[in-house]
Amino acid sequence: MLSIRLENLSHTYQRGTPVEKTALHNITLLIEPGMFLGIAGRSGSGKTTLLQHLNGLLKPTSGCITFNGSPMDGHGMRDLRRRVGLVFQHPENQLFEETVCRDIAFGLSGTGLSPAEIDIRVRGALEAVGLGETFLNRSPFELSGGEKRRVAIAGVIVTDPSVLVLDEPTAGLDPRGRRELLDHIVALRRERGMTVVLATHDMEQMARHAEQVMVLENGSSALFGTARDVFRDVGTLERVGLEAPRITILMSKLKKVFPEIDDGIVTVDAAVEELKRLHRRQGLRWRDHDERCARGSVCCREFGSPPVGPQDEDPDGDGIYDACISC
Amino acid sequence: MATVFMTLVFLADSYLSFLLLLFFTFVVAGRAGRPFGHSLRGIRPILFIALFTLAVNSFAVKGTPLSEYGILCHITREGIEQSVRMVIRLLLLLTGASILTSTTTPLALMDGLAALMRPLRRLRVPVHELAMMMAIGLRFIPVLLEEGGRIFKAQVSRGAGFTSGNPLQRARSCIPVLVPLFAGAFRRADDLSTAMEARCFRGSAGRTRMKTLEFSRADVICVTAMLALSAVLFCMEFVKM
Ligand SMILES: Nc1ncnc2c1ncn2[C@@H]1O[C@H](COP(=O)(O)OP(=O)(O)OP(=O)(O)O)[C@@H](O)[C@H]1O
Ligand SMILES: [Mg+2]
Repeated sequence: MLSIRLENLSHTYQRGTPVEKTALHNITLLIEPGMFLGIAGRSGSGKTTLLQHLNGLLKPTSGCITFNGSPMDGHGMRDLRRRVGLVFQHPENQLFEETVCRDIAFGLSGTGLSPAEIDIRVRGALEAVGLGETFLNRSPFELSGGEKRRVAIAGVIVTDPSVLVLDEPTAGLDPRGRRELLDHIVALRRERGMTVVLATHDMEQMARHAEQVMVLENGSSALFGTARDVFRDVGTLERVGLEAPRITILMSKLKKVFPEIDDGIVTVDAAVEELKRLHRRQGLRWRDHDERCARGSVCCREFGSPPVGPQDEDPDGDGIYDACISC
Repeated sequence: MATVFMTLVFLADSYLSFLLLLFFTFVVAGRAGRPFGHSLRGIRPILFIALFTLAVNSFAVKGTPLSEYGILCHITREGIEQSVRMVIRLLLLLTGASILTSTTTPLALMDGLAALMRPLRRLRVPVHELAMMMAIGLRFIPVLLEEGGRIFKAQVSRGAGFTSGNPLQRARSCIPVLVPLFAGAFRRADDLSTAMEARCFRGSAGRTRMKTLEFSRADVICVTAMLALSAVLFCMEFVKM
């Protein structure tokens, strides 16, 4: 298990030249074992720069970073990079071998593992990203973008890192591909107890998976806390150019009608629970997706919206209300 | 012009001619609106190499030692002289190049090249296309460098080592960077050609220019100055022998 501590870390690119650019400013952060940390921020806010410090690719210009309490330099570096797996932005551009199998195994070269062991690990990694064994002998260059991305991620997790750092892993994937990839990562984390650090623009994703979120603005930490606390602060989010998840915005609009709604709802599941709670509080019966409202309009059929409205608005007494929330 | 200058820099051997060349660069830099000091600052990273050259050469060249004792007996007079010359040469070359690139856009450079090579068209050499290729090549050097750096970092964080082993192993360890780099370069080239075709590029045939190059007074002055400089240097270097 590896805990990473950043203290007043700053990074300046091209220091001492006219084009110097401070990309990180006094970041203090403790990444504890097993944590799921989300890094949010607009383009250019310093996410990539921060992540590249986590495995020693970049050195802080000031401040320090320690791994399990000790600073890392020189010799331990290669070992450290196996323990902190970093998946780059657009990792599909780093594939180079003739077959997927050999490309994934690249990270294991020089570890002294036996070929049989390497084979097991490679298959495990491929499965962990949701690709079948048929991919093993294909050329990485003839895969689709999303498949390449998965192979590249497999190439990082094959070393079994204790911290997995992902830089916008789902950018440019279709919605389902995004969800699947994230689900695989979450499953991996559960199985192996990995720490995950995820940088993304996708706030829904962040809200669903991240326990702690850091919001960067021009290289400084603008917000830090649990996903719930961070997304509740809509004002700051807007200032740094981010948007709370759609569901949070919806719930805060509903709050204008039903003031007792909790405003820290960040996922759809939490919203459903909250609405149920609200129904019960008002003495209403909650109907699940398969029960439709009387109108049964398209929106109800497709999305299974929950019905609202007091029970006495049920004139024919069949237990089905007149309209659901969206009708 | 630059080529002539470079040749001259290598020809020159005596301090006097170096002085002349330095003076010339100084004047040109001033005229070009880039003070000499400014150009020098641009090549600061090279200074390390220069100093290194200085050090190595002072030791490596055989000749009369400076003194009989201690470390000084390894340093020779000839060594120092030669290395000083080497360093001046380096600096001149680099300032020359930096003046060229900071005053002339790659586009103008390419047009100039094409104009110079025009006679070759008789021999069915596709002059315009050649020049175009050179210009594109120039333009893509920084892009490729940056991309190479990125891929390098990515492979290093996958556990690649680039600094150990015998030469063969080291050469091997470049593959993970080179393959994606080339793949990227080919992809880029492909995109670029599609983009050019989408803008109706079809080579030089019937192509007109928005900005035509003209042989101006400044050019006359330049050429004359260069010729004069070459003449003087030739005399200085060869006549005295
Ligand atoms: N190699 C570099 N040299 C100079 N400046 C750089 C370099 N890399 C990044 N920067 C600058 O540092 C700042 C932060 O960049 P960084 O790549 O960390 O942003 P990011 O949050 O990852 O953005 P994105 O979401 O677009 O990936 C940017 O303003 C960028 O221009
Ligand atoms: Mg980035």
